[in-house]
Amino acid sequence: MNSFPIIRVITKLLIPYILLFGLYVQFHGDFGPGGGFQAGVIFAAALILYGLVYGLPAVHKVAPPKVIEKLTALGLLVYAGTGLVCMLLGGNFLDYDLLNHGVLTELPAAFDFLPGDKPHHFLPEGQHLGIFLVELGVGITVTAVMTMIFYAFAGRERVTS
Amino acid sequence: MIEQLPVLVIVIPLMAAPLFILIGNRKLVLLLTQLVCWTVFGIAVTLLSRMQDGPISYELGGWPSPYGIVYTVDYLSSFVMLFVSGLGAIVITYAPQSIKKEVHQSKHTLFYASYLLCMTGLLGMCITGDLFNVFVFLEISSLSSYALISLGKTRRAPLAALHYLIIGTVGATFFLIGIGLLYQMTGTLNMADIAARIQPIDHSRTLLVAFAFMTVGLFIKMAVFPLHTWLPNAYTYAPSVVTCFIAATATKVSVYAFIRLIYVIFTPQFAFERLPLDQALMAFSLVGIFVASAAAIYQTNIKRLLAYSSVAQIGYMLLGISMSNVGGLTAGITHMFNHALIKGGLFMVVGCFALRIGSVKLDDLRGAGKTMPLTSFAWVVGGLGLIGLPMTAGFVSKWLLLTSALSLGLWPVAVLMLLSSLLAVVYIWRVVEILYFSPPSHLAQSAKEAPMAMLIPTYVVIGSTIVFGCWTVYSAGIAHAAAQSLLGISQAGGVQ
Repeated sequence: MNSFPIIRVITKLLIPYILLFGLYVQFHGDFGPGGGFQAGVIFAAALILYGLVYGLPAVHKVAPPKVIEKLTALGLLVYAGTGLVCMLLGGNFLDYDLLNHGVLTELPAAFDFLPGDKPHHFLPEGQHLGIFLVELGVGITVTAVMTMIFYAFAGRERVTS
Repeated sequence: MIEQLPVLVIVIPLMAAPLFILIGNRKLVLLLTQLVCWTVFGIAVTLLSRMQDGPISYELGGWPSPYGIVYTVDYLSSFVMLFVSGLGAIVITYAPQSIKKEVHQSKHTLFYASYLLCMTGLLGMCITGDLFNVFVFLEISSLSSYALISLGKTRRAPLAALHYLIIGTVGATFFLIGIGLLYQMTGTLNMADIAARIQPIDHSRTLLVAFAFMTVGLFIKMAVFPLHTWLPNAYTYAPSVVTCFIAATATKVSVYAFIRLIYVIFTPQFAFERLPLDQALMAFSLVGIFVASAAAIYQTNIKRLLAYSSVAQIGYMLLGISMSNVGGLTAGITHMFNHALIKGGLFMVVGCFALRIGSVKLDDLRGAGKTMPLTSFAWVVGGLGLIGLPMTAGFVSKWLLLTSALSLGLWPVAVLMLLSSLLAVVYIWRVVEILYFSPPSHLAQSAKEAPMAMLIPTYVVIGSTIVFGCWTVYSAGIAHAAAQSLLGISQAGGVQ
């Protein structure tokens, strides 16, 4: 793609927005439409676009296949680990009500000078925190798996050593 | 902690698999896999031992049923989990040397991770009380088994896995379509709730279509005769250890899901009285038993021979299920257990041959009885079980099936069953003759006896087929309790 300067420039312009949009969908997911799966796909789309335009070695430098492979596992562990923590706290698997911690759940009084409506939750807890962590796990795994699939199709040699 | 056991049986292997990828050390991973498998087996035993206090149900996330996902442990599910986890543990104890020879070293970590995922999926299908969850676990076990099969040494392994993937996905999709239609009808995914909401007398076409889709989808996964084409290649080209595990467990868990579908959700009145599924099942089973057994006789590859025999044996299980009485159902469930042991054991024997002789072609196995006497003897004992000789596990289930058929006055079925056992004699004897009474091949002549690390687990499984042939408290006994509770539930469902 070296001979297509327009594509290269536009890609560089687009990628930050794609990543940002991915993050928006990720963190918006616990209140509105969106969530880990969609965010993961969008996030991976940025990596794949980069790989398509700048070539496999370039994207390998940004997201090394070895790291991506570990990330596929890490996401699942974050998800199941959330459930396990709930269980260790004395509830059933994935019973997020056990994740109530009461630490900084409301905006401290020191920030009262800020204009406008105060957010209801400062640090998430309980069901909110549970969904947040689980969606994070999904997001990580989906990003990694989509990228892995791209690597597997794009590279002729084996993806992992 | 004890009340968390129903979910731990799923969570432990599920979390171990990604952990392995992060660890990446082959030896540590192998050790952990064995530890995890035996722990899960221990949990399954504990769950089954608590069954006399009634079924256990576990609400995920603290959401009450039918809103949340519920895991239910009853006689049937804990019994199936027991042999799935038990064989999973024994096979992985047997596995290391065989895997070392048959799977590329760089894939070992992923192999063990997939193995545990496959077990997670199979156990999950047993324990969950949520219909959509069954589909999810079905996919977990199927996808990981496609990956495991594709790791075989020959280049035909990926092809066999792809073939299985395509057909298996059709099956899973059919199952999902059925679930979707049921959900549309009832607005719930909880199995007990669906059962309470669908009226068995209801002449709704949606219900019929849902039932048809789900039945055909599971038939593919079970490898019932006309839909079995994926199975022989998948079993033949997969690594020996994978074949041991999948042949012993995967199709049985689908049979289990089928039993749940008929006896818990749709009720036998719907399946067998309104629809002629019992006659259809009987016809498919009997034709399958004969065709697959006859095909087994002509195979030149011992793994393929056993694969065709598996297709035939599924027929016996379905035959029992189609009888729709306690006796027949007991026979079907007992045969799931007994056949898991017998076929698992026989494939373990084949794994020993594959390790030492390096081939599973019958021509290369000629005369191996002299150089590998212990392995060959294990084949003889396991083979007798497959035929159904008295004092072996196979006899128990066939006897139950036979008495049940006779009590229903199904004389032709009984006669055909006995005739089909003769076909099993032919294909087992053919291998015995090749092992003991043929001039040895070059490969067999130079072969050594299989290592003790593999022979001992093999003999544990093969020996247990004898144990459960003489002592049936924990095989047929539990199957009987499971059958009774299933028919009890379905009668209650019919009243509603």
